[in-house]
Amino acid sequence: MHTTEEQKKSASNIDREFVTDIVTKALRAGASDAEAVFAEGDEFETLVRLGQVEQLKEAGSRALGLRVFHGHRTASTSTSDLSPEGIEQLVSGAMALVRITSEDPFAGLPERDEFGSLSGDLDLFYEDVYSLPAIERIEYARRTEAAAMSADARIQNSGGGSFDAATGRKILANSRGFVGESRRSSCSISAQPIAQSPDGGMQRDYWYSSQRSLGLLDSPESVGLEAARRTVRKLGARKVATQRVPLVFAPEVASSILGSILGAINGNAVYRSSSFLAGKLGETVAGSNLTVIDDGTMVGGFGSSYFDGEGLPTRRKVVLDKGVLISYLLNTYTARKLGLQSTGNASRGLAGSPGIGAGNFYLEPGTKTPEQIIAEIPNGLYVTDLIGHGVNIVTGDYSHGASGLWIENGELAYPVEEITVAGNLKEMLHNISEIGNDLIFRSSMACPTLRVEGMTIAGE
Amino acid sequence: MQPASPDTRKFFYEHLGLNDQLLERCLSEALSAGGDYADLYFEYVTASSLLVDESLVKSASQGISAGCGLRVVSGERTGYAYTDDLSPERLMRAARTAALIASGPSKQQVQGFHESPSAGLYPIACVGSDAETTAKLDLIQRANRAARAYDHRIVQVQASFADELRRILVAASDGSFATDTQPLARLNVSVIAKDGENIARGSSGGGGRVLLDFFLTDKTPEYFAVEAARQAVLQLGAVPAPAGEMPVVLGPGWPGVLLHEAVGHGLEADFNRKKTSAFAGLVGQMVASSKVTVVDNGTMPNRRGSLNVDDEGSPTQETVLIENGVLKGYMSDKLSARLMGIADTGNGRRESYQHIPMPRMTNTYMLAGDDAPEDIIRSVQRGLYAVNFGGGQVDITNGKFVFSASEAYLIEDGKITAPVKNATLIGNGPESLKHVSMVGNDLRLDEGVGTCGKAGQSVPVGVGMPTVKLDKMTVGGTGN
Repeated sequence: MHTTEEQKKSASNIDREFVTDIVTKALRAGASDAEAVFAEGDEFETLVRLGQVEQLKEAGSRALGLRVFHGHRTASTSTSDLSPEGIEQLVSGAMALVRITSEDPFAGLPERDEFGSLSGDLDLFYEDVYSLPAIERIEYARRTEAAAMSADARIQNSGGGSFDAATGRKILANSRGFVGESRRSSCSISAQPIAQSPDGGMQRDYWYSSQRSLGLLDSPESVGLEAARRTVRKLGARKVATQRVPLVFAPEVASSILGSILGAINGNAVYRSSSFLAGKLGETVAGSNLTVIDDGTMVGGFGSSYFDGEGLPTRRKVVLDKGVLISYLLNTYTARKLGLQSTGNASRGLAGSPGIGAGNFYLEPGTKTPEQIIAEIPNGLYVTDLIGHGVNIVTGDYSHGASGLWIENGELAYPVEEITVAGNLKEMLHNISEIGNDLIFRSSMACPTLRVEGMTIAGE
Repeated sequence: MQPASPDTRKFFYEHLGLNDQLLERCLSEALSAGGDYADLYFEYVTASSLLVDESLVKSASQGISAGCGLRVVSGERTGYAYTDDLSPERLMRAARTAALIASGPSKQQVQGFHESPSAGLYPIACVGSDAETTAKLDLIQRANRAARAYDHRIVQVQASFADELRRILVAASDGSFATDTQPLARLNVSVIAKDGENIARGSSGGGGRVLLDFFLTDKTPEYFAVEAARQAVLQLGAVPAPAGEMPVVLGPGWPGVLLHEAVGHGLEADFNRKKTSAFAGLVGQMVASSKVTVVDNGTMPNRRGSLNVDDEGSPTQETVLIENGVLKGYMSDKLSARLMGIADTGNGRRESYQHIPMPRMTNTYMLAGDDAPEDIIRSVQRGLYAVNFGGGQVDITNGKFVFSASEAYLIEDGKITAPVKNATLIGNGPESLKHVSMVGNDLRLDEGVGTCGKAGQSVPVGVGMPTVKLDKMTVGGTGN
């Protein structure tokens, strides 16, 4: 099995001129402003299960999006048809739609002096994610699963081991002179072992390593071993009584609290007052130990980019400074609605108006190790998994299904499942009593271990 | 039954340059390395959306997406490639890429297709006329006005209309051939109510495989707008939800998401073939109270989860999953049916041509029982009455599932009392339905809002249920 050269070189020859030309066509068709985006991507997925290849996927796709303005009216179209007829339809469709939308004085492209792109190399693209022949990609997936399967006799089944790689290229151009192009790559390995206890109860868990470059991935063996460790520790889990005790959120689930903050500072929620943090700029909304940063400029970061979805340079900003709300995340539209400046956080899909997305979003670490934080708790819960969609950003109400390990006299004693953890974010942000030193970027959002007081566990 | 739509086939052949010979050549190329089975899935989707926000038409968009996914199956292995360039060269190249999953001599030539008739479960639409866009706009402007008129505390209203027309063509190496044209429409209203410092949200929506007339006659914009506004105003007065185990009464309709999470995913054939589901090996055993019968039915006219044919070209059907508490069978696609020696139930679905099909639900619901809903409420001393939900999630391996109540009330001394704040309910799939002690006579299907996610793929689904009492379930609130 091999990857053909032609497949590898399938990246199209669509260039900046092609995209700028679509902007010109829209202006010629009567648009007062226009913005076009081209996106293409390739993906390779390998799934090995119980040592055998189960799925191989290899493909590429590309598409165009167009946003037009007619004065303060706006509309958008997208297509996967890049032929001259397809582009003609893209433009005429957008111009037909723009007639039916309303005059909105806040709608429009950013001002000319706002555009820009970071200079230097952010290390977002590595050719090496596609450098392995197919047979070796399969080997990565196989080794990751095998390491998990051989780690413990109670692991006899598996959801599989995987190796995935992807690259993408994007060109953004608008009628106010901005043209930007960027490429990105990613690759990952994962294992999902399933363990069984003597009574027949099954548990699964998952671990992965994800990087922009193949050379930066953790070894398949270390990923498989960690997946196994996380799985077998859940065996024999029990329910506990309804009670209030200190909770310690492991980094993987602590980031769900950080994600709730992200949702609440999203300019779209803020200008509609549909966030518990709306109208709180400059106020103390969290404990003085909380500092949250959004930084789209980190070298190699999963959330890094040279320019945002509207062509503004990305930047680093303090969101929460010692508990005080310093900044929302805004695109041009939401900034104008709030009488503020865009924070360079526009996100752009192919269709529709720009949304809002974070760069690398993280909570600054504290000084204690996770072990020290757990050791200080006589009776509590170490939360390792959350399921469900139980956050109401409007009210701050927070209620999730959870599982984890019970803490007894400062030590992890036994696994716990089928419980919920609940509170209100407005209070939870003041009740984070400890922040771990374990800030690790496994994705664009990163949060250290957190200890939170005053939440309710519902169980038996 | 009616003849399969000749227009869909004609669309692909005339507009996208396909023909029988090209399909046969691609399938032969796909099997050139010795696979057991190959199929081609062509898709052409046109989608549009409109949004009224702050009483302005803020957004209007439309898009076209087309492509082909090529699959080769060899034993338990699947090779997959897709392309959005439908030229013969690109299709053949994708076929070669997918073929690499197998390793052996070419087995078979593909000659001729036989097309199955269509069940005709939904209307055939033509999309995109200006008049139609104006009519959709009128719908959401009506919704906006109705929500604002409901109560002076409604301060924000977003009303949207999204629809798509999906044309598919599936051709397989076993000679099967299917086409379908699938409309899907949804109107949604979401509002914010504000009373001093107190803020709450409400949302409502619905639709299905329907055309515009559905929203003019069956479910009007005013119906959804008033429902969203009612929920938001109600939530302004909500008290903290209780915490702990208690009797839970679920209202009819959308709370059927309980079934989707508690048993539905666990009964998808792929998880049971791999023995990764908590339900693996339980066919023939009691997994619910004898009052519980659950079916998955892809053949209900105009329903969001319905399909004339699934995304492998197989006809959909009504499949009994649980009958009087006994587990009867699984929902399957072609691959698991062949490997497990069970029937293909027409549940092979995929998000798009970029995705590999797998067993998915269609419309999943519990059949009605004998109890009057009032009697069910009256039977509870202290518990929760939940009538609306946000999303849910399940770990199919240990069976733990959650779903989040967005509208719920306390039941005290057999009466519905205070509305409570959002809370997550948690249970264990193979155990929870054993606690069903009463089943109402009021079966209702949801309004047509469900989207199910599995392995990163989203597909539209439906759920339904009569009023149901579970003697115990864990409610994840903060109160006493």
